[in-house]
Amino acid sequence: MALPTTSAITLNINGEKHSLPVDHRTTLLDALRERLDLTGTKKGCDQGQCGACTVLMDGRRAVSCLQLAVAAEGREITTIEGVADGDTLHPVQQAFIDLDGYQCGYCTPGQICSALGVIEEHAAGWPSAVTADVRPEAGPPPLTAEEISERMSGNLCRCGAYASIVRAVARAAGVETDGAHTATEDKETAA
Amino acid sequence: MREFGYQRVHDVSGAVALRGADPEARYLGGGTNLVDLMKTGVERPAHLIDVRELPLGRIESTPDGGLRVGATVTNSELAAHPEVRRAYPALAQAVLAGASGQLRNMATVGGNLLQRTRCGYFADTTQPCNKRAPGSGCPAIEGEHHNHAILGASAHCVATHPSDMGVALAAFDAVVHYETADGPGELPLAEFYLPVGDTPHLETALPSGALITGITLPPAPVAAVSRYRKVRERASYAFAIGSIAAALDVEDGTVREVRLAFGAVASRPWRARTAEQALTGGPATAAAFAAAADAELAAAEPLPHNGYKVTLMRNLAVAVLTELAEEAAR
Repeated sequence: MALPTTSAITLNINGEKHSLPVDHRTTLLDALRERLDLTGTKKGCDQGQCGACTVLMDGRRAVSCLQLAVAAEGREITTIEGVADGDTLHPVQQAFIDLDGYQCGYCTPGQICSALGVIEEHAAGWPSAVTADVRPEAGPPPLTAEEISERMSGNLCRCGAYASIVRAVARAAGVETDGAHTATEDKETAA
Repeated sequence: MREFGYQRVHDVSGAVALRGADPEARYLGGGTNLVDLMKTGVERPAHLIDVRELPLGRIESTPDGGLRVGATVTNSELAAHPEVRRAYPALAQAVLAGASGQLRNMATVGGNLLQRTRCGYFADTTQPCNKRAPGSGCPAIEGEHHNHAILGASAHCVATHPSDMGVALAAFDAVVHYETADGPGELPLAEFYLPVGDTPHLETALPSGALITGITLPPAPVAAVSRYRKVRERASYAFAIGSIAAALDVEDGTVREVRLAFGAVASRPWRARTAEQALTGGPATAAAFAAAADAELAAAEPLPHNGYKVTLMRNLAVAVLTELAEEAAR
C-alpha cells in the first residue's frame, strides 16, 4: 500500500496558525522561507552544522534544516520574526546591536535564537561541556565567557564576530563584567 | 530525496506493527542523523514512522538503584537530569561533549545508539562503501582514514561509531530495551553492536523491525567518581578523534574497581576489559595505568594515517585515571 507523500498540516509559528499542504520532504526551514515568507531564518549549510537556521521549538532551540515540517505540527515554533515585542526589540536583539554582535548579519537570526535558548538553559541549571563539576550539588555554573562560547558553539559566524557575540549574550543574560571580557581572560582568572 | 509516507504514532505496539509491515520504513526520532542522511541519499526510506511522541520520554529510578531512560528522552534532558549528573557524571559529560545545544535538544537516546558512522566514504554515495553498499569495497583503507578505527576493524570496513553517549553507556554496562511484534526484548550494550567482520552493513543485534524503547543503567557506585574526556580537532562541536569514559574506586592506593571505555577507535564503543582486568587489585599509579592501557592497545592495528590514536588513547587513559585517583583520594 503506497502511503500519501504529502500532508495538509498546520504549523503554530510565533503564536499564529498557518495551514499549508507540504511534501513530506519539506524541512521546517524551507517551509518557513519558501512557503510562509518568513525569511528571517537563514539557510547556511542545510546539514545541521552551522546553526544559521536555529529557531525555538516549544521554547528550546533547534536547527530547522533537520526538522521535517510535517513532524513540527503541534509544536510551538518561534522564529526571529517572533522575538521582539512589537516595535520593542528583545534585550538579546538590543545587545547584539549595541555591542556589534555581527558583521554581515547572515548568522545573526540564528545566533539570537540560540542565545535565547542558552539563557533559558542556563537559568534551568543545565551544565555544559566546560562545566568543571556537573554534579547537582556543585550548583549551576556561572555564565562565564567560556561557558557562553561553549554553549553557542553550534552557531558559526563566518565573519568571526565571536568576541562581540559573547559580550552581547553576556549583557543580555545580565552577567556582563566589563566591555573587554574574553574567554582567554576567564581562563587566566581561573588559573 | 526520495518521496516518503509519514505517520505519527502514539503507542509502542502501533509503531512496531507499522514498521513490521514495511521493510522500507524507518523510525524517526529527532531526525538529526536520519534526515541528514536522507538529504544525501544514503538513507532512502519509503515511509517514516515518527516515534517522538511515544510515551517513552521519562527518566526514572529503578527499584535496585539504577536508572531507566526512555528512548525519546532527548540528549539535553539526559545530560541535565540531576540523578544522571550525580550517579553517572561521565554520562552527562559524554552527552554534553557531543554535537551542539540545538542538536542535543532534538536528538534522542534511542537514535543516538543507532546513529551511523561519520566516515566520509559512507556519506558520499558516489564512492564505494561496504557499509552502505555491501560488497562495493572500502576506499578508506587505502585513502582518507586519519580518524578511522584502530581496534576491532576488518579488511572490509574501518569506520568508527561516532557516539559519545555510547562510550559512557558501555562503561556503565547499560542494557538496551526494545519491542518487536513478538514482544519485548533486551540486549546488554556489550552485545548490542555486532563485530564488523565481512558484514559491516549489519550494525546491531536488534531483531528486524525492533523499536528501541529505552535503556537501563544498573546501579554502579563506582560511577560516582567518573569522567568523560574527548579529544577533537577543534575546541567544541566536532566528533572525537579519541575519547574515554572512566570510573575508578581506589582504597589505600589499590584499585578496587575500574571502568574504562574508549570512543572513536572502533565500530562500537570499546569497553577496555583487558585494561580493567590488568588494573583491578593493583596499585593506582600512573605506571600501572600506562601498563594497563598498553595491554589494551596491544590489539590495535593502526592504518598508515591513524597510528597517532594508539599514543593518544594511552595518554588519555593515564591522564584521566590519574585525575580520578586524585579525586577518589579526596
